[in-house]
Amino acid sequence: MREITLSKAVNEAIAEEMRRDETVFVIGEDVAEAGTPFKVLSGLVEEFGTARVIDTPIAEPGFMGIAVGAAMTGSRPIVDLMFGDFIFLIMDQLCNQAAKTHYMSGGKLNVPLVLRTNLGATRRSAAQHSQSLQALVAHIPGLKVAMPSSAYEAKGLMKTAIRDNNPVVIFEDKLMYQDKAPVPEEDYLIPFGVANVKREGSDITLIGTSSMVQVAEAAAEILAREGISAEVIDPRTIVPLDEAALVASVRKTSRAIVIDEGHQSYGVTSEIASRLNEQAFYHLDAPVLRMGAMDVPVPFSPALEDLTVPTPEAVAVQARRLCAGEMIHAA
Amino acid sequence: MADKAKTNTEDYLRMFSQMVRIRSFEDNANQLYLSAKMPGLTHMYSGEEAVAVGICEALKTTDKITSTHRGHGHCVAKGAEFKQMFCELLGKEEGYCRGKGGSMHIADQSNGNLGANAIVGGSMGIATGAALTAKLQGRDDVTVCFFGDGATAQGLMYEVMNMAALWRLPVIYACENNGYSEYTKTEEIAAGSITARAEAFGIEAFQVDGQDVLAVNKLATELVGRCRGGEGPFFVELMTYRYHGHHVGDINREYYRAKEEETLWKTERDPILRFRGWLVDQGIASEQDLEALQAEIKEDAENAVKYALEAKYPDTSEVDMHVYAA
Repeated sequence: MREITLSKAVNEAIAEEMRRDETVFVIGEDVAEAGTPFKVLSGLVEEFGTARVIDTPIAEPGFMGIAVGAAMTGSRPIVDLMFGDFIFLIMDQLCNQAAKTHYMSGGKLNVPLVLRTNLGATRRSAAQHSQSLQALVAHIPGLKVAMPSSAYEAKGLMKTAIRDNNPVVIFEDKLMYQDKAPVPEEDYLIPFGVANVKREGSDITLIGTSSMVQVAEAAAEILAREGISAEVIDPRTIVPLDEAALVASVRKTSRAIVIDEGHQSYGVTSEIASRLNEQAFYHLDAPVLRMGAMDVPVPFSPALEDLTVPTPEAVAVQARRLCAGEMIHAA
Repeated sequence: MADKAKTNTEDYLRMFSQMVRIRSFEDNANQLYLSAKMPGLTHMYSGEEAVAVGICEALKTTDKITSTHRGHGHCVAKGAEFKQMFCELLGKEEGYCRGKGGSMHIADQSNGNLGANAIVGGSMGIATGAALTAKLQGRDDVTVCFFGDGATAQGLMYEVMNMAALWRLPVIYACENNGYSEYTKTEEIAAGSITARAEAFGIEAFQVDGQDVLAVNKLATELVGRCRGGEGPFFVELMTYRYHGHHVGDINREYYRAKEEETLWKTERDPILRFRGWLVDQGIASEQDLEALQAEIKEDAENAVKYALEAKYPDTSEVDMHVYAA
């Protein structure tokens, strides 16, 4: 199978859906000729024109609100939010308007829009361009949240998101845009709420989101050399969450670490760990561990920034302790 | 009264009737609150009827509006029915939103009402986006964004007006200036001129007497037509007055608004009394005809209230329905 970058996979997904459905358009800052600062959308404006690849002023709440209204009236906008950190700017339009409209209208109005944005630290971009804010939106009923872990997932989840009749937030890891993976030439969708077992194992389950799937896989390699068999699972979407698949794996392995790049406190790792505790308690041989980003604003200095995110080595250390039967009360 | 845009008796009587329907709806909603039969609070549109009716009478069913927390008037004016509206206010299953929205989120998509919004200024993006869909899909729909003077303090308004002007979107920003931003005089929260703010984006802006339904309708008809012809967006400041407090529970309000001022607006500038006088003077309808019409509407509203009070609540199984669309 051919291999393409995650960036190219997103680009293909959007182009294919724009060809399939005339109501799909892209709106955001520097999406047209610039193709975004990460060049993910390069070439779209040449094919679809400026009416469907719409450059906006630097006004995130404004274009997010416009997308909500467009979605309510028969369009399928893809909102490009240049950095995930800017979600704070659009919170009202996303959480009070887009997320609640279907419910508040008793099911009469839909908001089929995609908010594509990014996450991920270690790009030396400091505290306002490095956050992983998926937990904030996953908290709000009415929003779906997808977290692709490779080019394959990025394309399949994006196409599903565009066809979904709800607001969907997709977080791409901005450090993965140039990562290649096998991606079929033919049309395919990845359903929401279906986890992917990336690697089977019997001693411990490593649940990772987005780029943390790679971290989990690398940790599993380290552990394998020591005779520890780790299962790696990618939920692919955190809302909806394939709870059954995660619980089944943990009941089998009896141990779990949940890894996500958002801040650890009140985060995605906390939510998943709680559900595992509730549903697999009598199968557990050790506490379920959370490994998120440190609870600090992301620092600029490389010497500090690298300390804040989970690494394969750190995951392996914790996995060893769990498998050795050590009771750990804090990660 | 201003020169007329409408020219036949049927149109005039429908405008009159719609204004009376709004007033009757609000009188009953207020009673439901005062008699503790309505859950929560509501915000009365009484006094501002000529704004919603003058504008919505210039629109087609397929045109869109976005509304506010003070939104019953817009909803009625855009064609909604009393029964489903009262059911919504009382949280009943037959309400426009199956009781899930209530007074502050009432929406009637069948008549192009994209919904009231309880975030002040929260619908400005939505209205502008509806206009973007119309433009992209080559439809001639016009969207009217209703909001109050208080919402002019929100930054979102300036972001979306900028884009609407850049992209020439068919949207009309209708600022209902009722003189008060919640419990504060507008002059204390708004620097400079409100219309000048729109003009700064190159948007043609107008100020009109919001108590004169014919003046409002004439301007709206002209601007809606120009929007359909690709000349949008436009901005209108409608000078009006709310008879009640910020909400139905805001009863002792002398600390921010004098009773004499309220009395003056109610007796000298009431949009229904003014239009009624004009209809009689012009020989379009007799006092008796209009009395009869008003009595009929009052009875309709009372019957709808009775119906809504007896209507059933949604089944508890509905609580987690409609979080996500299929």
